[in-house]
Amino acid sequence: MAEQPSGPQSGVNRTAVSGTALALSGLVRRLSLRPDRTRLPAILRRLNDAAKSKVLSLQEYFVLAAKSLRFIFARPFYAQDVVQQMDEIGVQSLGIVLLTGLFTGMVLALQSSVQLKTFGATMYIGNLVSASMIRELGPVLAGLMVAGRVGSGIAAQLGSMRVTEQIDALNTLGTDPIKKLVTPRVVAALIMVPVLTIIDDFIGIIGGNIIAAFVVGLPSGQYWRTVWDQMASDGFTLRYIPNDFLQGLIKPFVFGALISVTACYFGLNTTGGTEGVGQSTTRTVVTSSILILVVDYFITQLLLSLLANG
Amino acid sequence: MLPGRRNAEPVARDSGKRPAAVRRAIRSELATDTPPGSAPSIPRRRDSIEPIVALEHVSLAFDRPILEDVSFTARESDTVVIVGESGTGKSTILKLLLRLLVPDRGRVLIDNQDITSLSFDEALEVRQRMGMVFQGAALFDSMTVFENVAYPLREHTDMNEDEIEQRVREKLQFVDLDPDLVMEQMPAELSGGMRKRVGIARGMANNPEIMLYDEPTSGLDPLTTNTITRLIMKLQRELNATSIVVSHDIRSVFRMATKVALLNNHRITFFGTPEEMTASEDEYIQDFLGGL
Repeated sequence: MAEQPSGPQSGVNRTAVSGTALALSGLVRRLSLRPDRTRLPAILRRLNDAAKSKVLSLQEYFVLAAKSLRFIFARPFYAQDVVQQMDEIGVQSLGIVLLTGLFTGMVLALQSSVQLKTFGATMYIGNLVSASMIRELGPVLAGLMVAGRVGSGIAAQLGSMRVTEQIDALNTLGTDPIKKLVTPRVVAALIMVPVLTIIDDFIGIIGGNIIAAFVVGLPSGQYWRTVWDQMASDGFTLRYIPNDFLQGLIKPFVFGALISVTACYFGLNTTGGTEGVGQSTTRTVVTSSILILVVDYFITQLLLSLLANG
Repeated sequence: MLPGRRNAEPVARDSGKRPAAVRRAIRSELATDTPPGSAPSIPRRRDSIEPIVALEHVSLAFDRPILEDVSFTARESDTVVIVGESGTGKSTILKLLLRLLVPDRGRVLIDNQDITSLSFDEALEVRQRMGMVFQGAALFDSMTVFENVAYPLREHTDMNEDEIEQRVREKLQFVDLDPDLVMEQMPAELSGGMRKRVGIARGMANNPEIMLYDEPTSGLDPLTTNTITRLIMKLQRELNATSIVVSHDIRSVFRMATKVALLNNHRITFFGTPEEMTASEDEYIQDFLGGL
């Protein structure tokens, strides 16, 4: 069966059905196991089409993700693009990550100090701030910030390339757009989002330190000792890696992949001119934000059950 | 009948013949340009009359039919111009030739090879023999003019940097741009006409055998239209390439075409020389040429 041109097709409503699936469906139809599509009433046909197009989108999304990861190891390597993207994704997002982390840490410390005061347990502020930041708030908030900034940027860039036919030009000139555009962005995100998260965590804990010192009057030495105690108390994997770090680093790794693949998917599938670019950008930010929150839950659940038993 | 003309006054015609003034105008347009046959600077190894590009009974539909049973051929050194109303699928034909799309039925033959059954990598090889000029030039926004024109050379050849620079300069000069002035500029800094010319330079960078143009003169002022048309014809002569041009502009059609294909209602309703087209008695064609 002729292989469909690789890469998402803009504005194309073609069902990318594999040869075996076609043969199977033909067989099913011939054996009259399922009525012919044209005999369905109109509303069922519309539901049928809508459901199929959703599944098709999902399929294309996973195909894009798989290809972009596979092409990390395929020639030609666009190393220059990777470095450029690392700058765009990582270095350019540093500012918002610092701000986010600092104020999140400060607010955490502030809120928790109120609660802990009633128990006379304000010395545990360090525990609380570090546990929350490293395990949850650091990864998720950094992820959401990056999804907003980087996700929209990638979607807009690839979307404009799509509507001005630059993606077609790449194909024409013999470059696989996934290798040149998607894979560098995915690799850069996989590297940079964990780095940004680490910075986010650290700044957050420093923010907590500021509040602990000035509002609660907790000595910094004590604060940092409790931070370290918290990390140690959750156990170690392989003797040296605190479990908190496992949670705190696996999550941004996954979020980075999610954000970049989603942004590239919506960008490459943009249709409809400049308005389409705007829509793709919005959809990217919304979808990747929701995905981050949902996947966060499942990763947490998975890791907690794994680490609790280990 | 053209859709907008249902209630319009019927066009005055005297037994289907073009008014004499128009015929003279067409003849003078065809005469002002250098006749084909001057020695091309890039000799081709083939001298056959076998078609290089052929569409055979191609049909394609998305939500609605785009092309139905479309067939045409282009021989070596032909310039086939595809005309038709906007949105009838002219650009789709180019995409089929580049194998960016696959037809539902029919075959697309490049040099007698059916490209519809090729894999992505095999199709890449075929594409290297073709150069495409997109409607908006489709230059890569993030690269300079130099890097844009050098892109096909870097991807497909192992020329060193000096050779690449030489070739880029040569191509930019061919399209009447001063290399030193434009090479370091970004596409966003150029005018529409300049961008088109850079697009042509990039398309021809690898000296392809087949050149494809998607509405090369749309949206340009008459002077620039003239320049681009002359450029295409110059390219045609010196590269001795087979050109497939999708165009709206009837005047430039008659200047550069050796064959014209009229796409009407998803089908090719006329395929022949420009002279045959002007002599045709078909009502639709007469209306279409009424814009001349």
